[in-house]
Amino acid sequence: MPILAKTGNEAMAEAMRQINPDVVAAYPITPATEVVMIFSGFVADGLVDTEFVAVESEHSAMSACVGAAAAGCRVMTGTSSQGLQLMSEILPIASALRQPIVLCEVNRALSGPINIHCDHSDTMAVRDFGWIQIFSENAQEAYDNILQLIKITENESVRLPGMATTDGFIISHCMEKIEALDDNEVKEYLGEHKKMNSVLDLDKPVTLGALDLQDYYFEHKMPIIEAMKNSKDVILKVAKDFAKRYGREYGLIEEYKLADAEIALVALGSTCGTARVVIDELREKGVKAGLLKIRVFRPFPAEEIVKALSKVKAAAIMDRSDMYSNQGGPLFSELRSAMYEAKDKPLLTNYVYGLGGREISLEDIQKIFAEQKEAAASGKVKQLIQHFGVRE
Amino acid sequence: MPTLKDLAKQKDPLSGGHRACAGCGAPIVVRQVLMASKDPVVVTCATGCLEVVTTIFPYTAWNVPFLHNAFENSAATCSGVEAAYQSLKRKGKIKSDHINFVAFGGDGGTYDIGFQSLSGAMERGHDMLYVCYNNEAYMNTGIQRSSATPKGAATTTAPAGKKIPGKQQFSKNLTEIMVAHDLPYVAQSAVGFWRDLTTKAEKAFSIRGPKFMNVLQPCRLGWAYDPSKTAELGRLAADTCIWPLYEVENGKYKLSYKPKEKKPVTEFLKVQDRFRHLKKPGNEAIIESIQKETDRRWEALLAKCEQ
Ligand SMILES: Cc1ncc(C[n+]2csc(CCOP(=O)(O)OP(=O)(O)O)c2C)c(N)n1
Repeated sequence: MPILAKTGNEAMAEAMRQINPDVVAAYPITPATEVVMIFSGFVADGLVDTEFVAVESEHSAMSACVGAAAAGCRVMTGTSSQGLQLMSEILPIASALRQPIVLCEVNRALSGPINIHCDHSDTMAVRDFGWIQIFSENAQEAYDNILQLIKITENESVRLPGMATTDGFIISHCMEKIEALDDNEVKEYLGEHKKMNSVLDLDKPVTLGALDLQDYYFEHKMPIIEAMKNSKDVILKVAKDFAKRYGREYGLIEEYKLADAEIALVALGSTCGTARVVIDELREKGVKAGLLKIRVFRPFPAEEIVKALSKVKAAAIMDRSDMYSNQGGPLFSELRSAMYEAKDKPLLTNYVYGLGGREISLEDIQKIFAEQKEAAASGKVKQLIQHFGVRE
Repeated sequence: MPTLKDLAKQKDPLSGGHRACAGCGAPIVVRQVLMASKDPVVVTCATGCLEVVTTIFPYTAWNVPFLHNAFENSAATCSGVEAAYQSLKRKGKIKSDHINFVAFGGDGGTYDIGFQSLSGAMERGHDMLYVCYNNEAYMNTGIQRSSATPKGAATTTAPAGKKIPGKQQFSKNLTEIMVAHDLPYVAQSAVGFWRDLTTKAEKAFSIRGPKFMNVLQPCRLGWAYDPSKTAELGRLAADTCIWPLYEVENGKYKLSYKPKEKKPVTEFLKVQDRFRHLKKPGNEAIIESIQKETDRRWEALLAKCEQ
């Protein structure tokens, strides 16, 4: 296994090189540009035999991806923020047509105002479109998640598109040590792409994208809903197989020092890395702090989260986006709803933080844990939803 | 050049029994274009009348592979299918020697919302033919103006009101914009000229690379005329020089049809109720301006063809 120094973007591009997709259609946008740029270099140097379509917009990128996937190809793309928004009309069409397209997404704040730095508003805005969504804590996970997503999305009981995300700049542009697979290992691991109902099948012509009115549309939504349900098991099986082969373990969620924790932080992406450091410090001081990392946001691992937090007294739910609902961020909203029937559940506080790349420091997380300690002791939450780190 | 006999023997790419209006020109365009292909075809289509009337689940009128994605992306979708074909062919994963990839779009899906997607796909040089079935308005959603709608026509978003008598602008000359893309083949044809249309499609299919065809398609509902007159209206459009038939091969213009006698535009306008209000006193200037612009465009085209 080669040990490489890679940024998040380089790690994703490296995974793409090894996957050697049949077709990539993509458009540049900060901070995901490099993924497309590096991959174009692989194409130009003949390191992949992908048909690379340098489209004129992300809308066309996703449209061409749907076309290529419907033709029976393994298809990938990458984008961020406004680009993902421009694709968004076509995202639910991709899932409804059951095309296993894999997207490298770099989380960046949505305009407006325009900003190029990390938050999760872009990925969260497309959470309800039938795409599997996996968040990566670091470059290694970005690499592993992209590889696993090919397996997950192409599984016959899933056949849904998926995106793996990194946090813009924080992960996308930071160099880390990653353990890669050998090229032929990747080839062997993924196997051949299996086409289904291809529009290139001339002997059995298919009509895809038919008009579907009141008497069928609902029935045709059900298999998508089922596929998303099925994907939970598939994600776990793929992770298990991956661990067996390459030693790195993944799940829908990851617990860090959570088993006996009294206070916990629940987060997505790079913030989990920062939280681990604070938790180690707190543990040394005898504070029973832990982390619940949400790796998979779609499908939402509701039961797993409820179970993982059942012994915790107070938990901070970290949302790197707001959704203007006055009910906190999307993670909080779904997690809180999942807790409704739970007998044993922690006090919850929602921290909406880090919008537009506002830094979240060790001190910030210490402060959040201190507040959780207070809540656990008093049995009371100070403020249900906080916009943390914003100037008055 | 295909003969009627040849065409009659072809397997129909689009079967009857679909739900287009009586007298709709769109299926005529589709059948004549696709029947001119000697190789297998794969079709993409924009949202609009054509997609809606041919694919209401659980039925489909398509006997060839067909993919509808969304409204503005028929060209981009087709470019993805074509890219897939190139990729699979390079890897020896596909048998067929050549497939003609055809993207259909209405004028809304082509001139307006799909304009960028079309321009991008053509610029990238995909081996595909884009066919605009141009009925000069958004018919599927109830006759709204598009940039292909002619001046003076009443539509539901540019109605003939008490103050404003229909659309104020002349149509955008999309065919010329596509010529400016320096494509190997661009052509304009119309329903009512089956030989012209099939010959042009056949020529387009014989050329590798991006091709564009703009085919005028009378719409009996939107243009408001007797449904038995569809082909006649297409011919009137050419006879008045409102819609000249021509082709541009590698930059070289060629007129396909010169009317024996150039008819006044009123001959075309007066048989359609979308122009009915123009007959009212006070609207003479509009008709005059339509005639003037038609003449100007026609002369400009003739000059290009003579070069
Ligand atoms: C993004 C988007 N905007 C608007 C629509 C609504 N819409 C569907 S078809 C159509 C008009 C189609 O007009 P045209 O392309 O001229 O084709 P026609 O129906 O005339 O054949 C519109 C506005 C849509 N489906 N998608």
